[in-house]
Amino acid sequence: MSSTAGRRADARTDSERTTAAPGGVPILAVDGLRKTFGRGRKEAVAVDGVSFELAAGGSLGIVGESGSGKTTTARMLIGLEQPTAGRIVLDGADHTRPARRIRDLRARGRLIQIVFQDPYTSLDRRQKIGDCLGEVVRLHFGLSGSALDARVRELGELVGLHDRQLRALPRELSGGQRQRVAIARALAAEPKILILDEAVSALDVSIQAQILNLLADIREQRGVSYVFISHDLAVIRQITDTAIVMRHGRVVEQGQTADVLDSPQDPYTRLLRDSVPHAGWRPGADALVTS
Amino acid sequence: MSALLEVDGLSVELPVAGEYRTVLQDVSFSLDAGQTLGLVGESGSGKSMTVRSIAQLLPPGARTSGSITFDGASVLDLRGDALRKFRSRDVSMIFQDPRAHTNPVRRIGDFLTEAMRVNGRVPRREAERRAVELLAEVGIHDGERRLRQYPHELSGGLLQRVMIAASLAVKPRLILADEPTTALDVTTQSEVMAILARLQREYGMAMLFITHDLELAAAVCDETVVMYAGAMVEHQASSRLHTDPLHPYSAALMQARPEIERRVPRLPAIPGHPTSAFETPDGCAFAPRCRFAEDACRAALPAFERVGDGEYSRCRRAEELRGQLLVPAVVSHEEVVR
Ligand SMILES: Nc1ncnc2c1ncn2[C@@H]1O[C@H](COP(=O)(O)OP(=O)(O)OP(=O)(O)O)[C@@H](O)[C@H]1O
Ligand SMILES: Nc1ncnc2c1ncn2[C@@H]1O[C@H](COP(=O)(O)OP(=O)(O)O)[C@@H](O)[C@H]1O
Ligand code: SF4
Ligand SMILES: [Mg+2]
Ligand SMILES: [Mg+2]
Repeated sequence: MSSTAGRRADARTDSERTTAAPGGVPILAVDGLRKTFGRGRKEAVAVDGVSFELAAGGSLGIVGESGSGKTTTARMLIGLEQPTAGRIVLDGADHTRPARRIRDLRARGRLIQIVFQDPYTSLDRRQKIGDCLGEVVRLHFGLSGSALDARVRELGELVGLHDRQLRALPRELSGGQRQRVAIARALAAEPKILILDEAVSALDVSIQAQILNLLADIREQRGVSYVFISHDLAVIRQITDTAIVMRHGRVVEQGQTADVLDSPQDPYTRLLRDSVPHAGWRPGADALVTS
Repeated sequence: MSALLEVDGLSVELPVAGEYRTVLQDVSFSLDAGQTLGLVGESGSGKSMTVRSIAQLLPPGARTSGSITFDGASVLDLRGDALRKFRSRDVSMIFQDPRAHTNPVRRIGDFLTEAMRVNGRVPRREAERRAVELLAEVGIHDGERRLRQYPHELSGGLLQRVMIAASLAVKPRLILADEPTTALDVTTQSEVMAILARLQREYGMAMLFITHDLELAAAVCDETVVMYAGAMVEHQASSRLHTDPLHPYSAALMQARPEIERRVPRLPAIPGHPTSAFETPDGCAFAPRCRFAEDACRAALPAFERVGDGEYSRCRRAEELRGQLLVPAVVSHEEVVR
């Protein structure tokens, strides 16, 4: 990790200030992850020496400004992007290189899945919701007939979608319902880790609360671990145990979410915290503190 | 002194598949020079339609009733040159997605100088000099370089500043800002809001500020209107909204938001989903989701009534429930419904 990445992030000795999994093997461990795009003079560093751990059944938040490398990190975790350097360990096995063979792709899919901000673009607009879920279940578990139908209905129930909605096309559903579909589809593979990249950001407040409660229930019932990416610090507080703060591709601070938000150590984390509108807020008052 | 902008009993219907659908119902408010009024609500509540009605930018075929008065003149009756002048000089709009409102193949410089060169017949060199000044006003200090760039070369925050610079070029008397910071991250939002607040102070502009973020509205607006299903449900001073909401919907919205200071075992979500005016049943539009609903609420649309000095609510139980709206429900309505 480069020296300017911040002492705070490197201060691994202080147990309260790391995301290290408490005891046992972490379900996800990332070490020195780096990603550059382009070459030579055009080379841009998107992710620069990122390290963190996620405990089995835990929930890790990634916060940071636009362009700080959150999505690029997520894409490397699910194997959509090959890291330039560093290591990704999922459930004890090295998964640094993206899977190529079908069998490996499937195995990775059963380990880790992702939900993006706008599910509409990732759903097939001519495919009914139930068929879309069924396809994933068949692929991973080879179910068919009534066993398949039952599993699809069960998935629908898990995320609060009724039979009628399972027979609908994506465009017939509201944004909140489509996000439920995206979550159900990701869970259909029964992954151990679910990445949610700004997955509740575009939702109305009342729907966002429903989905956050749903995600908490699923974690409790299924023991799925979350990597939760968001700009929204209040959402991060509600849904994660540990958090890392990224800026310019680096981790500037990490620790228990409550500690990071209540007593931010890094000036950038403090700026983020103070930028959230609150009573007596003066917009821009802190803007120039950024280094 | 009469208000700069006065909207009175505004209702709008839009043609959808051969029939008219109500999208705004009985919207009334006024705004003085230098003042900021917040319009808050979930998607489909009619915020953008309110703004588009004021700017006379409704979709074709729209049917409008009620009145909109700007500086004493009836906006709905403006035609021809008067309408053009109103749109190009008196009001400016800032949108949520600046990228959708710029042309990807035209440079920032052309975008910023076009109006000056065409409407004001300002020579190119002079227009560019003014554009650089405008960019400096919104905190962009390498303006000359930016003028030569294309929209895709700028981040969302920078591009939104360019849009603000463009909308200020004419020193409008009213800014209609439709979720100008929704697509930005919090630090950029804070910077953009600071710029808007400063310019407003300096030029005495009035601003109608639309957001779905109640905290943001409370922080930057003098007064806030909360909308639900095409109608206003609450209107009062922003400073009081958080501690003394006057409508169950505003209270429920605040409770549903997670807090940065603490984690709760369960968020008090509002059951169901937001609806548009034309989908709502008779009676109170919020009744299907309201934990205080009674049979009488479903009988007739509650009137938008004064509850106190500068305080209005569209809830028939507003006075009776005042002070209790933020008390947590014992059993959340959500679990009951499920
Ligand atoms: N395929 C690519 N080619 C070149 N640059 C890229 C590519 N993908 C991402 N980048 C760059 O990498 C950096 C990090 O981008 P990333 O999408 O990870 O940010 P983010 O933290 O997810 O931001 P946001 O909050 O806006 O989603 C940015 O500078 C981005 O422009
Ligand atoms: N061009 C249009 N034609 C028909 N209905 C529309 C059109 N634009 C918006 N609407 C409807 O008008 C209502 C209010 O929309 P809008 O003002 O955009 O809401 P908001 O900005 O509060 O999210 C919604 O029901 C929406 O579906
Ligand atoms: S009128 Fe009745 S249903 Fe409507 S907001 Fe008031 S209490 Fe709730
Ligand atoms: Mg991203
Ligand atoms: Mg809108």
